[in-house]
Amino acid sequence: MTDASIYADQADFLETGITRLTPGLLHMDVHVPDMHCAGCISKIEKSLNKHPAIAHARVSLSTKRVAIDWHEAKAQSQDLINHIKALGFEVHPIDADAIAQTASDKQKNELLRALAVAGFAASNIMLLSVAVWSGAEAATRDMFHWISALIALPAVVYAGRPFFKSAWAVLRAGHVNMDVPISLGVLLATAMSFYQTMTHTDQAYFDAAVMLLFFLLVGRTLDHLMRAKAHSAIAHLVSLAGKTASRIMPDGKTQIIAASKLAVGDEILVAAGESLAADGTIALGKSDVDQSLVTGEAMPRTVQPGDKLFAGMINLTGPLQMTVTAIGKSTFLGEIIRLMEAAEQGKARYVRLADKAAQFYAPMVHSLAGLTFAGWLLAGADWQTSLFTAIAVLIITCPCALGLAVPVVQIIASGRLFNSGILMKDGAGLEKLSTIDTIVFDKTGTLTLGTPKLIGANGIKPDLLAIAAGLASQSKHPLSRALSEQADNLGIKPAKLTDIKELAGSGLEGKLGTRHVKLGSAKWCGVKESSKTGLLEVCLRIGDEKPIAFKFADELRFDARDVIERLQKDGLGIHILSGDREANVSHIAGQLGVEHFKANCTPQNKVAFINKLAEQDHRVLMVGDGLNDAPALAAGYTSMAPASATDIGRVAADFVFMGDRLEPVVTAISIARRSDKLVKQNFCLAILYNVIAVPIAVLGFASPLIAAIAMSSSSLIVVGNAMRLKLAPLNRIMARGKMP
Amino acid sequence: MTNLLLLIPVALFLGGLGLAAFIWALRSGQFEDLDGAAVRILIDDEDE
Repeated sequence: MTDASIYADQADFLETGITRLTPGLLHMDVHVPDMHCAGCISKIEKSLNKHPAIAHARVSLSTKRVAIDWHEAKAQSQDLINHIKALGFEVHPIDADAIAQTASDKQKNELLRALAVAGFAASNIMLLSVAVWSGAEAATRDMFHWISALIALPAVVYAGRPFFKSAWAVLRAGHVNMDVPISLGVLLATAMSFYQTMTHTDQAYFDAAVMLLFFLLVGRTLDHLMRAKAHSAIAHLVSLAGKTASRIMPDGKTQIIAASKLAVGDEILVAAGESLAADGTIALGKSDVDQSLVTGEAMPRTVQPGDKLFAGMINLTGPLQMTVTAIGKSTFLGEIIRLMEAAEQGKARYVRLADKAAQFYAPMVHSLAGLTFAGWLLAGADWQTSLFTAIAVLIITCPCALGLAVPVVQIIASGRLFNSGILMKDGAGLEKLSTIDTIVFDKTGTLTLGTPKLIGANGIKPDLLAIAAGLASQSKHPLSRALSEQADNLGIKPAKLTDIKELAGSGLEGKLGTRHVKLGSAKWCGVKESSKTGLLEVCLRIGDEKPIAFKFADELRFDARDVIERLQKDGLGIHILSGDREANVSHIAGQLGVEHFKANCTPQNKVAFINKLAEQDHRVLMVGDGLNDAPALAAGYTSMAPASATDIGRVAADFVFMGDRLEPVVTAISIARRSDKLVKQNFCLAILYNVIAVPIAVLGFASPLIAAIAMSSSSLIVVGNAMRLKLAPLNRIMARGKMP
Repeated sequence: MTNLLLLIPVALFLGGLGLAAFIWALRSGQFEDLDGAAVRILIDDEDE
């Protein structure tokens, strides 16, 4: 390869996350999803660090990434990727979006530093304060106060920044959030204590101010870590999708380029098994394409030159040459994105529970402090005493417990969801999930697994299945894969056939000894298709014998029936919306006992349906996976997608669940409702605390010792209450369906 | 009183040392990959 083409290749990849550290030294991160143990780490690191082109390679197990620094002149990024592949790991380049998400880790470090500073300051000041409370007098007390001030002032300025910044931002926008009373309380407590220290009095609240920051930073840091974890898990899923295409150059050679670099009119080559990177028309070749992610239709479609294909479809049986007809915003995908954006704009902005509480809490606390000041003045106290009492009220009402009430519950909820195979993107989703009353399911890939299964395998003679499996094992067609999988499950060894050929759109043929064997569509095998109940069918014909039909269905997730029953028992309205044919949808709806269903839905239909439900004051949880569901996922009050969903579906959904079960839907709702209950209990506890503490403060009895005890105990009680979410048993569903 | 003059600075200094060590560790990326750190101890052939 010439130098020029090396640079061309790397210029393409520079977009997909390669940076130049120094002239000649490049850096890239690749995603290796299968790393999970010390063995993997040492295998990859050792092998890479021995590679002559690599200056340094380091594995990060948390993000499942490998960071590689290498000498530009000695190797191309693709060589290094292949090198890791040769070790037996799957490797994916990471796109720029995923890298941008790791940038948020800067915020994690900032929070951790602030937390460390607050922790250091709080512990030291508390030691000095204990001495003061135990009766240090005069000069000793003053010295302790001065040392406390020396520690507290820089600590408050440094560790308080996350709160001050956020409070300032909302104040400028004319709103309040919880950070406003927090910032005000901390700043006033520090300022007043400093004044008290200068005037040699005995009341200094440095300990309270710094401890408050410490507690709240613990909550804030955990909250951030939770979100970072979910984000990185979702970024992994996104980076799994192929984002490259093989472009045919004018000289007939093919070149692998980033999908974003394609132009209208480009000819691209799509190998069997590859997913399409752009919309286009077939120029050459015949094949079957899996379009379940795009249209929701389970059955692969046979395509030939002239047919239109959309990005996201998977080419199954034969290689295709395609002319790109649309890129960027004009693609089907672009249209979906536009619909999604429209759906999101139509949705009223959700106000989070904590902010709602703040809108009510902040003005009340501030007017209470004002009244205290006025009350003491009227009662004849001097303005200093009145002011100090008012500030003491602000300090003691500083919403330490309120600030923790929501995040701690949500962190624990997110941990429990994570253990049940559910990723939560945002706490707001959890709040919304607890109030839903209607669920709209997509069919293909959501209620069903999205892959067909052989029906009635036990009624088929093993030797016939063995012959069929012998042919099927050579194909990537979903029906072929279902056949070989079933044979494998029954312990049947595929028969050995020779001269196997795959004819796109028809089926497979081969030779068993001297006999000609065909496996494919009924028409091709010379029989009429029995097209009832919408089942999929493949025929096996040996020589001139009568063809035998194998029937397939896209099976329900094995616990779908029980999950739907449970949800209906909970009083939730269930609807099914599908892009599939009427017969298939009504069959599934009948099996599940769902009355409301609609077939042949376009993405627009789905959004319209959800908006209509919303107008009738229903709160809709949308569960779907396909590209065609993405706008509906965005339109729903909240949404869930299985991990097998398209990228865009996962990005649009608030929750993503793993595995072959549908149970996570029930689990997530039950955890959300329980969390909601605990959050409300926590609010009650915080209010109760204020009911007791505020009168003490208003009457002027809130000494620094009482403030310290009251604030830390209320925080601990709230955290303790949130911990109960960890103990709560999950009522699991005993599925009647068979485990797969 | 003289004890205090010595002990308080010493206590603060030691605490500050801990804080500085933590911030150094954070800066040098030691908290970037906690899962990896947990299993790396099992890699026993790092001689070379």
